[in-house]
Amino acid sequence: MIELSQVVKTFEAGLATPFTAVDGVTLSIPAARLTVLKGPSGSGKTTLLTLIGCMARPTSGRIHLHGLAADALPHLAPAEALEITSLPERFLTAIRRRTFGFIFQQFNLVRGISVLENVMLPTYPTGEDHRAVEARAVARLESLGLARHLRSSVDRLSGGEAQRVAIARALINDPAVIIADEPTAHLDSRLSEDFMGLMSQFKDAGKTLLITSHDPIVYDSALADLVVEMRDGRVVSET
Amino acid sequence: MRPPLQRYRNILDFALSSLLRRKGRNLALISVYTLVVFVIASLVFFVQALKHEAHELLVQAPDMVVQRMVAGRHDPVPLAQVEAIRSIRGVDEVQPRLWGYYYDPVFGGNLTVLATEDAALAPDAIWIGEGVARSMRVKEGDLIPLRGYDGQSTLFSIQKVLPETSELVSSDLVLMAPKDVRALFHFPEGLATDLAIQAGNPRELPTIAAKIVELYPDSRPILKSEILRTYEAVFDWRGGLMVVVLGSAVLSFIIFAWDKATGLSAEERKEIGVLKSLGWESADVLLLKFWEGTVISVTAFLTGVLLAYAHVFFFSASLFEHALKGWSVLFPHFRLSPALDGYQLTVLFFLTVLPYTAATLVPSWRAATVDPDAAMRS
Ligand SMILES: Nc1ncnc2c1ncn2[C@@H]1O[C@H](COP(=O)(O)OP(=O)(O)O)[C@@H](O)[C@H]1O
Ligand SMILES: [Mg+2]
Repeated sequence: MIELSQVVKTFEAGLATPFTAVDGVTLSIPAARLTVLKGPSGSGKTTLLTLIGCMARPTSGRIHLHGLAADALPHLAPAEALEITSLPERFLTAIRRRTFGFIFQQFNLVRGISVLENVMLPTYPTGEDHRAVEARAVARLESLGLARHLRSSVDRLSGGEAQRVAIARALINDPAVIIADEPTAHLDSRLSEDFMGLMSQFKDAGKTLLITSHDPIVYDSALADLVVEMRDGRVVSET
Repeated sequence: MRPPLQRYRNILDFALSSLLRRKGRNLALISVYTLVVFVIASLVFFVQALKHEAHELLVQAPDMVVQRMVAGRHDPVPLAQVEAIRSIRGVDEVQPRLWGYYYDPVFGGNLTVLATEDAALAPDAIWIGEGVARSMRVKEGDLIPLRGYDGQSTLFSIQKVLPETSELVSSDLVLMAPKDVRALFHFPEGLATDLAIQAGNPRELPTIAAKIVELYPDSRPILKSEILRTYEAVFDWRGGLMVVVLGSAVLSFIIFAWDKATGLSAEERKEIGVLKSLGWESADVLLLKFWEGTVISVTAFLTGVLLAYAHVFFFSASLFEHALKGWSVLFPHFRLSPALDGYQLTVLFFLTVLPYTAATLVPSWRAATVDPDAAMRS
């Protein structure tokens, strides 16, 4: 479970007037469930994801990870809850790597290198055995129907294929939490349904899923256990 | 917990494919970098090789040479002086030398003709240096005509081609019997070009020189140590000039590298953001940038040094011919023999690799500290 209490994020750097993108969010995201953050563009969904995913620190407030970070930080006592906003950068990196898998809105594949290399990228700094990683990446890509594209450059993939590469990359370190930002924004409805099919598999496998979307295919899906609606940086409803 | 070697290898692999992705930009960078290394290395090798040649030349030179000056010009020395100088205390040996320059109109080059008393030299025969054999395209047993002072040609048979020790020492040499030298140049009997003097104790040379001048006020003794000093002064002066050239090359390169390397494009920023969001640490990104820089500088360094080596030692520094023409007064013609040492290479390495590394340090650091949430924004 991920618990947020009174989380605020204010952007100041380079702005004439500070802008508060996330304004006092208190929220519980249940483990092994699919949570959808919905709301109009600019309501602070992406910003909230960066805070939860240890990519940025909130201006104030606390974020607790319950029973999630033990993998990432085995040398810490397996505390019940880990408060991440005050952790040093290096621990945040480790948590990002082991606990979270990100599927970005623009997929964010590294251009010019192969599909396989893209998927292996998160493991390079760990010094894990190259061949073991490669075997794992190939298996992932095959299960996502990308066997034919292992050696292709990512520049030539279609939108749906690129997203599945991004999914394979998010899964390479077997994270407990999968975070997806507007995953269906670039997909037609058939591909969006396929995506939700994959999410259902991951949910069955016990992953915690956190997805932002303003697409009814996502937030009206029967898979969604919790739909949190945001507006102007605040939570307006939870269903 | 983290096996370090594999991490270095993984990130090096990625650095290589990263460089390949930005082929155009990196090739331009490597080309300019290589050019800078090439120019600097050529200069360094060139000066070093000249020093080496000069040293070889001087090792074989006599301790002191005595010339006679007439109206401020070098004039033949009467052989009568030989005995008088030999009797000066401290003088071991006085050797009258008979030599001159012969201009060959066909090949357009100067040869040094030197008389030798060597008994192995056959009558009407000559020994020639390898450079002479090369430029005249002759070999042992051939006959070559040499034009005398009166325009009459004399035929000489080539008895031997002298093995090459140092290019400058023997390359343009023609050895012949004293009587042939006199006949060729119409050099009067009883005179020598100069006198070569060996002393038992080199510390007595200044005293000996003073005594010679006392004896023959029109003579000019030249000490080997003086020649050495002159050479060194010339080299140092040239060296100073080169430092200026070198300095400006390095400087312009730093500016260039700065310009090329500091530009962290929006795409690169985002890419680094992506890497960090995927769990790369700042140290990993730094290592990536370090590998990229190392691959570029090592490639450019090795290529530049190899090209410079070929340029100086196989093509006789042909690109500098005009700039450094003055050398041909000292060294009529040369193909430099390779002379290299680790110190030179080390200095070269620091002159070229260090500025580049320094220039890329700041941008690398900036890259490494990109926030991971840059990945989320487009
Ligand atoms: N780095 C930043 N600096 C300044 N303002 C930002 C920054 N990131 C986001 N914002 C602003 O915060 C608000 C919320 O953005 P975002 O979280 O991307 O919303 P959503 O994902 O719901 O569309 C927007 O108005 C956006 O302009
Ligand atoms: Mg967004």
